Amino acid sequence: MEILKKQTRFDFLGKRKIALVISSVLLVVSIVSLFAKGLNLGIDFTGGTLVEVGYQNAVQIESVRAALQDNGFNDAVVQHFGTPRDVMVRLPATFSRESVNAAEISNSVMEALRLPFGELLVESSNSVQQQCVLNETTVDCQVQMRRVEFVGPQVGDELVNEGGLAMLYALLGILIYVTFRFEWRFAVGSVIALVHDVAITVGTFSLFQLDFSLPVLAAVLAVIGYSLNDTIVVYDRIRENFHKMRKSDIVDIMNSAINQTLPRTILTSLTTLLVVVTLLLLGGEVIRGFSFALFIGVIIGTYSSIFVASPAVMMLGISREDMMPVQKEGENIDAQP
Amino acid sequence: MLNHTAWWKFPVIITVVLLGLIYAVPNIFGNDPGIQIRGARGLSIDSSVLGRAQAVLDAQSIPFKSISQDAKGIKIRFENDEWQLRAKELIEKELGNNYSSALTLLTGAPSWLTNLGVLPMYLGLDLRGGVHFLLQVDMQSAIKRAQERYRDNIKTILRENKLRYRTVILNPQGQLETTIRNPEHRQQAYDILIKELSDLEISNDDSRAEIILAQLSQTQIDEIKKFALEQNLTALRNRVDQLGVAEPVVQQQGNDRIVIQLPGVQDTARAKTILGRAATLEMHLVDEENNTSAIASGQAPPGSRIFKFRDGRKILLNKRVIYAGDSIVDAAASLDAQTGGPIVSITLDSAAATINSRVTGENINNRMAVVYLEITSTIKKDANGNIVLDNDGKPVRVTHRLEEVLTAPVIRDQLGKRYQIEGLDSVEEARDLSLMLRSGTLAAPVEIIEERTVGPSLGQANISQGFRSVMVGFMLVLIFMLVYYRVFGFTAMLALTLNLILIVAVLSLLQATLTLPGVAGIVLTVGMAVDANVLIFERIREEIRNGNSPQASIHLGYDRALSTIVDANITTLIAAVVLFNFGTGPIKGFAVTLSIGIITSMFTAIMLTRMLINLFYGGKTVKRLAI
Repeated sequence: MEILKKQTRFDFLGKRKIALVISSVLLVVSIVSLFAKGLNLGIDFTGGTLVEVGYQNAVQIESVRAALQDNGFNDAVVQHFGTPRDVMVRLPATFSRESVNAAEISNSVMEALRLPFGELLVESSNSVQQQCVLNETTVDCQVQMRRVEFVGPQVGDELVNEGGLAMLYALLGILIYVTFRFEWRFAVGSVIALVHDVAITVGTFSLFQLDFSLPVLAAVLAVIGYSLNDTIVVYDRIRENFHKMRKSDIVDIMNSAINQTLPRTILTSLTTLLVVVTLLLLGGEVIRGFSFALFIGVIIGTYSSIFVASPAVMMLGISREDMMPVQKEGENIDAQP
Repeated sequence: MLNHTAWWKFPVIITVVLLGLIYAVPNIFGNDPGIQIRGARGLSIDSSVLGRAQAVLDAQSIPFKSISQDAKGIKIRFENDEWQLRAKELIEKELGNNYSSALTLLTGAPSWLTNLGVLPMYLGLDLRGGVHFLLQVDMQSAIKRAQERYRDNIKTILRENKLRYRTVILNPQGQLETTIRNPEHRQQAYDILIKELSDLEISNDDSRAEIILAQLSQTQIDEIKKFALEQNLTALRNRVDQLGVAEPVVQQQGNDRIVIQLPGVQDTARAKTILGRAATLEMHLVDEENNTSAIASGQAPPGSRIFKFRDGRKILLNKRVIYAGDSIVDAAASLDAQTGGPIVSITLDSAAATINSRVTGENINNRMAVVYLEITSTIKKDANGNIVLDNDGKPVRVTHRLEEVLTAPVIRDQLGKRYQIEGLDSVEEARDLSLMLRSGTLAAPVEIIEERTVGPSLGQANISQGFRSVMVGFMLVLIFMLVYYRVFGFTAMLALTLNLILIVAVLSLLQATLTLPGVAGIVLTVGMAVDANVLIFERIREEIRNGNSPQASIHLGYDRALSTIVDANITTLIAAVVLFNFGTGPIKGFAVTLSIGIITSMFTAIMLTRMLINLFYGGKTVKRLAI
């Protein structure tokens, strides 16, 4: 089976003006949104407390909120997620109660939620369901703690800095490797494509105010790796074609390289999307944001490796001479058999 | 060109496949509920313990699947958690306090496998349930305590040399500022302090004739910090042991942080209380002379202060600390050989031993009190509940002290490095006191700055969801490759399967922690690993279109795709390595599986498929390729 039976001859480079407009629009929307709306940073970055609980029976948000308010948790954000039995409680880092250590807030939240049921957690049970004492008998707790995250403000600040630094280091490492293996224009071109992909992926999270957590940041970094993979494959072919197609001009060389690698670009994106969608649908709540970032990133990354990376190299003014190895005196001695 | 595989590649590939299978296989056995018995406080377990545990289970006819002993302790596996819970109760009763038993999950892999050191993957807390804490050690407070100790030393030295001083205070620059009453005595005081306290940087204040300044050197501050961290690690390990958790992790992170991981813990409140207790001990002499009168009047004479026992009784103690709990090297409860009464044996470090010997020699038949001191430090808030920041933008911390006299035994003799506390009421009291003496001391208060707890039900859901997404994603890609590339697709299918086995094998071998993002990394690798094959196969198709013979096309396809594959994978590896270095727990897991997957996929996608293709098409004339 083949998607593209014959060697395609699309004029991708000829469409670079249209691509430039599309990319510019996407970038402008992303950047404006980032400045106007910002990111809906998760507690990994802002600090705070998150408590995720599962009730045995469906529960009204109002009653949960009331139980929390009765115990002094006034600025708690309470919402359902998944099913009507699952509830997520979030408290900002600035939340404080007299004589409560910040790390102990989550325990007070659990206590407050269990209070209306009159149940108390039993320690050292090893079952999958948490056990509670109710009327002197041990039963499955009505309110099951699923997940607690507490992040102190100092940790959050560090993560923001380190996350930014990680992104920079990754880009720098790539810049060096590609310069070393190709030529500086290719390095700059690949980094332009990467910044493009990252900006639009992050911009999407800003535009729709999706929760930007630590795993999402990991996904964005993975997108850098993925999109680069795609771009390098095309660049590799361009380099090869520079040596083979001695009479063609740069547009032809690049066009044929993109066309030759097109089946592979589409196919790999397809298989990757296949698994990413699987993750998105089956991976569960915890990695939904992660999978969604990958989903957007893979699509944008595929687009950019076709329509952004190569035109960028061209606009940077690559010429045939740049791609021919410089003949230095004595350089070929090693290469001789 | 008939595409033979070099002979040496067969043994290489077969060895890798076999090793992969051996290391991956323990993962298919799943886990059984079990009990892990360890010696309390790092005691080793002798072989009789295993017999006793087994005997008590047999006596109550509780069935177990296996019982074994290794360096980490005794492990018993059960059919279900009902037997497990009952067995734990019985074993605890039988073995008593010198052993701690914890509920855990043990691999169901047969012992001949685990004896080879072949273990299943190590699951992260987000998959098995449990709590992860990150603790910040308050170094400022450790330094402040050292400064206070030196302040007391300066006062003592001056007093002993009959040099009168007005005040010794800690100034805002972190220096100890001694004001000598008579400026003419300053040089003399200076000379004595330099001699006695050689580890301080001491100088005369040029602008003020009566002032001597003393401060800690940078190396000393570094040492205090290093010591505080080590001492805290030890103390926290001892405390974690009290929680009865199997496979706990207590680890240093950076210069001033400690990571604690407690698998399977559900009640985090208790864990927090026990870990967060910032306690220390101080030894004071009892002011016997004024004790009765001071308690009656409620007025302490200068140099002394009224303290309280836990039950509220009062006692007048000398303010000076003889030595602090961090000088206690060891403390153990036992029964006295002669009287049979409970005692606590204490061992001091050499510096404290010298002081102890001098002070106790001068105070025979007086009492010495052990004071428990708990310092809690909280972030300062203003009236509106906002955090108060200092000039550097860091939160200001306030410390609170809780003081309690644990015991005040009479000094019978001059004491030295080792001594005993007698006259305790019960064995329990002796045990509690020894535990407090040994692990009660945190060299500096700690604060939990991060907590991640995953409940057992979510852990299980994460495992099943993760497993399902890996399987579904994997099958989809397999089917796709088979339909799209036929015979070649079939080889890619085998390569992908082996790749998955190799990832699991390497993870098991390294015992790297597998987290949920790690599972996502595996899924992603499955999608990306076929990329190498796609590159090769597309290149082969291209070479066929260019009019090359089938055999030549295979050769050229593999050859020409190689540099592309290497370039593309190295750049992805760069991103993965950056992720690993930056990442905390969950992200590290993702980076690890991604990196492993990239490396193993290069092997399977290039070497293995080439061998299979050669076996299928090699060595003969082929008219058409099924690609």
